[in-house]
Amino acid sequence: MTELFINKISKPKQFLYGLLLVCTISAVCYVLSNYIGYRVVAFILLLTVSLIAMFFDILPVLATALLSALIWDFFFIPPHYTLRVDSTEDYILLLMYFVIALVNAVLTYKIRQIEKVAMQKEEKANTVKLYNTLLNSLSHELRTPISAIIGATDNLENNNGKLSEANKKELISEIAKASFRLNQQVENLLNMSRLESGFIQPKKDWCDIIELVYEVVKRVEENNVTQNITININPAIPLVKLDKGMLEQVIYNLLNNAVYYTEPDRKIDIVALCHVDILQIIIEDNGKGFPPEELDNVFGKFYRLKNSKTGGTGLGLSIVKGFTEAMGGSVHLQNISTGGARFTINLPVETSHLKTMKNE
Amino acid sequence: MSNPIEILVIDDEAQMRKLLDITLQSNDYSVKEATTAKEGIIMAANHPPDLIILDIGLPDDSGHSVLKKLREWYTNPIIILSVQSSEEDIIKALDNGANDYLTKPFRTGELLARLRSALRSSIIEENNAVLNFNGLQIDLSARTVKKNNETIKLTATEYTLLSALAKNEGKVLTHHYLLREVWGPGFINQSQYLRVFVAQLRKKIENDANRPEYILTESGIGYRFVCKE
Repeated sequence: MTELFINKISKPKQFLYGLLLVCTISAVCYVLSNYIGYRVVAFILLLTVSLIAMFFDILPVLATALLSALIWDFFFIPPHYTLRVDSTEDYILLLMYFVIALVNAVLTYKIRQIEKVAMQKEEKANTVKLYNTLLNSLSHELRTPISAIIGATDNLENNNGKLSEANKKELISEIAKASFRLNQQVENLLNMSRLESGFIQPKKDWCDIIELVYEVVKRVEENNVTQNITININPAIPLVKLDKGMLEQVIYNLLNNAVYYTEPDRKIDIVALCHVDILQIIIEDNGKGFPPEELDNVFGKFYRLKNSKTGGTGLGLSIVKGFTEAMGGSVHLQNISTGGARFTINLPVETSHLKTMKNE
Repeated sequence: MSNPIEILVIDDEAQMRKLLDITLQSNDYSVKEATTAKEGIIMAANHPPDLIILDIGLPDDSGHSVLKKLREWYTNPIIILSVQSSEEDIIKALDNGANDYLTKPFRTGELLARLRSALRSSIIEENNAVLNFNGLQIDLSARTVKKNNETIKLTATEYTLLSALAKNEGKVLTHHYLLREVWGPGFINQSQYLRVFVAQLRKKIENDANRPEYILTESGIGYRFVCKE
């Protein structure tokens, strides 16, 4: 958390904030100087510097330490408004103040360095783990259909005489199924690498959302879907300007996911709405929903739910997120109280009401 | 079968050529193969085939330039093969005179259907006053449209769009092409007009406008008018 916080504030700003904080606290102390002694002020300033040390880099902290020491000397140690120190006791105090502030700054800095190294190590370990998961799921996802194809073709080639017509047909349809599965995985991988490369640029064009949704549903239903998919879109929904291919992929992946992971007799609903210039697409099912503790992770790359059935690379939903964000939108997942999961996509779009105009 | 229809396949991948060869031969087409752009152009010039299947991703020269060179003199259909998600390539090829396209991987049934429709539309040329599409009748001279013998009222633009599509039955027409044909050259970027009018047209001629059977969308490319068998 602290790391993130530091990274967000640029160094010049750290200097500025540090110095401002010290000045403000000093000003408050100065106003209250009738009620508190100047030695208490030293502790208050020291506390301020320590707090700053927890969040900022070492140089801004040292600067604030130095400044606060000077302020304390100039405004608070008698005689006031000079840098002169008369009593030996005060002299020792000022020196100690400065040393403590420095030690404080350096120690906190060192602790943070150690933390950073530990975090980098953990990150590296996570990457290795991610790669292993990737290799496992990929090799499974690619090898299974390849094995099916090789096995079936071997059979057809070498065993032809002994196979019944029905068996032959079955083997051939296995080859077809396996090829489609392979193709889909390759498509996912290519999309992922497009996203990773950062070259992805939405190509916007006017698009009829109703047509798009029906087309995607048709494509999904080609694979013997047993769930009941319903579409609910107001016919008067305006045309929207967006990257059709990307949105198709997003809806396709969400639908495929719902079809793959919910029980055969369940319902899947698709709703599309347009609020002024936000296109909202909701896809929900009445299946089991997601384990609540995993809701935040499902969009992660190669992330698979614990104990989920085999198949899938953990790429589908991360592509959904990647594409949605590349289009400037957001995707949100929640469990519905009545059971099932709801994915909500919000996309900023340009709309055209040409559609509802009377023609000619 | 005397004089079978001759098809020239220009593709650098042996596996692809083999697949096309088996598919086409078993459907009584005669097949010739070229493995490079150069070889393909020479073979087409020496003995012009009835149809050319051209892979857009050739190693020695881009399929686009082969297409341009062929189109300088070759008038028979050319069908493009391309990989998925390369819409720009496909649109460019169609605008450069390709008749149709297929994205790999494709179903052989789809390939054969495209071949038939490309060969048919090259044989039967216009001058057919009344086009008949399984219940949908378009009278090009009277400018009327009937569905199941009932007249459908179309606006002038809707009619122009429908006749442009129907006259090119089975062929994919790009957004630019349709916008230029129906609205004029100044409108080629007004794709929202096309969306609106296609939706209106579907409501009038399709049984279910959301599950069109006549006017099919070729995602990111254009529209194709088909006649359900």
